[in-house]
Amino acid sequence: MGKRQVVIVGVADAPLEKGVIPGGANDLEIQARAAKAALDEAGLKLSDVDGLSTAGLWGIPGPGQFATISLSEHLGIRPKFSDSTNLGGSAFEAHVGHAAMAIESGAIDVALITYGSTQKSQRSRNLGGRPPSFSLQFDTPYGLPNPVGAYAMAATRHMHEYGTTSEHLAEIAVATRQWAMKNPGATMRDPLTVEDVLSSKTITDPLHLLDCCLVTDGGGAVVLTTEERARDLKARPIYVRGHGESQTHMSIAAMPDLAFHTAAAESGVRAFEMAGIGPEAIDVAEIYDSFTITVLLTLEALGFCGRGEGGAFVSNGRTGPGGAFPMNTNGGGLSYAHPGMYGIFLLIEAVRQLRGEAGERQVADVKTALAHGTGGVLSSGATCILSNH
Amino acid sequence: MYEKPLPVIDPTTRPFWDAAKAHRLVVQRCQDCKMHIFIPRSNCTSCFSDRLEWVEVSGEGTIYTYTIARRPAGPAFKEEVPYAVAIIDLKEGPRILSNVVTDDVEGVTIGQKVRVIFDDVTEDVTLPKFVPAES
Ligand SMILES: [Zn+2]
Repeated sequence: MGKRQVVIVGVADAPLEKGVIPGGANDLEIQARAAKAALDEAGLKLSDVDGLSTAGLWGIPGPGQFATISLSEHLGIRPKFSDSTNLGGSAFEAHVGHAAMAIESGAIDVALITYGSTQKSQRSRNLGGRPPSFSLQFDTPYGLPNPVGAYAMAATRHMHEYGTTSEHLAEIAVATRQWAMKNPGATMRDPLTVEDVLSSKTITDPLHLLDCCLVTDGGGAVVLTTEERARDLKARPIYVRGHGESQTHMSIAAMPDLAFHTAAAESGVRAFEMAGIGPEAIDVAEIYDSFTITVLLTLEALGFCGRGEGGAFVSNGRTGPGGAFPMNTNGGGLSYAHPGMYGIFLLIEAVRQLRGEAGERQVADVKTALAHGTGGVLSSGATCILSNH
Repeated sequence: MYEKPLPVIDPTTRPFWDAAKAHRLVVQRCQDCKMHIFIPRSNCTSCFSDRLEWVEVSGEGTIYTYTIARRPAGPAFKEEVPYAVAIIDLKEGPRILSNVVTDDVEGVTIGQKVRVIFDDVTEDVTLPKFVPAES
C-alpha cells in the first residue's frame, strides 16, 4: 500500500473592514469562525477534525501558551494530534508539513490549521524589542526597532554586497499593491508608485514605511484530508506535493549570513526535492512579505534567481499583474493584511489560485503554486508546494 | 532613572556581564578547536566539544552591517533617535550586536573599524558599546 495522498479541501479567511474584524471578536472566536467557513467549504463537520494545529501571539503569558488546548476547548473538540509549533510567521507552512505526515501515516484523517489575531483592534504592536532574556539579552538592550531593524540590517548588507537599491525594494511594494487593487478584500487599494515608497518616512535605514507590512487583525483556516476522502467531498482537492522547513537563529546577530536567507534556502530545497520539480515549474508564488527585503532574499534563496540577482529580477513590474512572475496575488502582507503572523494567508491564496477562484486577480493556467513563510527575524523558513493535478 | 530594557542575566551569561562591569570584553573559546564563541552556551557550535573557556578579547572589530533607527524601539529610546545599531565582527571572529556611539551617525558604514567602550548604565549593568576606532 502506497502512502496516502494529502489534499487541501477547505480554506477561509476572515473578512476585514479597514484592517479590523467588524463587530469585534476575540482571537479564539476569529479562528472558530474561519474554521467553520473552511469546513463548510469542504463539506466536513467540526466532529470530523482529529488533528488541530495553530500558532499565535494571543494570550501570552496565559492560555495562549497552550494554544491548541485553548482552541480545542473553544471549539469543543478533542483532537488526537495537535501541533502548536511556533516558527513565527512560517508556522502554518510547517503545520501543513507536519499534518501531511500525520495524515500520510494514517494517524489522523482530517487536519484543521487556524490562525487568529486582534492586534490592530487591541493596538498591541509597537517597535519595542522582544523581552531581553536568553540570547535577546545581548540584543534588545541596544534598541534595535523590532522586527524591522533586523530586516533593515539584512537589507544594508545585501545592498553592500550586490548593489541592491531602495528602488528595487520599492518595486516589490508597488507590484504587490497592483495585485491588491484587484482584490476587493485587500486593506490597501490605492495606487502606489516607486516614488511614493521612497518618499515615505524612513523607519530605520534603509527601510521606509511602505517597505513594511500592514498591521491588521485577521484570521484564517485550512483543512486537509486524504485524496480518497476528498472524492466524497464537494471542494476541488488541492494536492500537497512537497514541504520543507528550517530555522537558523533567534537573535539577528546569530544569523549565518545577513545577505542570504539560509532557512528559506534549506526549506525550499527540501520542498522542491519532495515535489520532484524545480523553481521553473512554479506558476504562481506566494512569498512572505513582512518587508520588501524579505521577498527579495526569499526569491534568491528559493532559486527563482541567483544570489544577488533579486533586485534585477523584481524590476519592471515582473512580479505584478501581467508580469512574467506572478507573486503575492492577493496583495500580500504589504497591502492585503498582516495580522502579526501571515503564513496561513499564503496557503489560502495559493489554493484559490489553483482552484481558479481568484476573480479579477486570477492568474491564467495555474497548475503548481508555492507558498513560502518566513518567521522571526529571517529566523525560519517553511515551504509548501501545491498542485491542482 | 534608566528606563531602557536591561539584560535578564542568568547563570550561563553571568561571566560576560561580570566582565563587562569590570570593563573587560570576554567571550568563550573552544579548547579543542580554538574557535571563539558568542552567545554564551555550553558546547562549541563547530566541533560540539563541551570544553569552553572564557577569554578576554581585544575589543577591536569591524562593522558587518548596521541600521540607523529613525523611529525608536519603544518610548525609552525616543530621545536617542537617530541612533546606530550594528552587528560587529570582532577581530577574534564572533559577531556581537551593539550600538555605535558617534556624533556622526550618518557616517557609520560597513567595513568601518570600531573599538569597544563600556557604558555603565546602572549600578549593576554595564553595556559594551562601540565607537569608531579613530576616535
Ligand atoms: Zn570546537
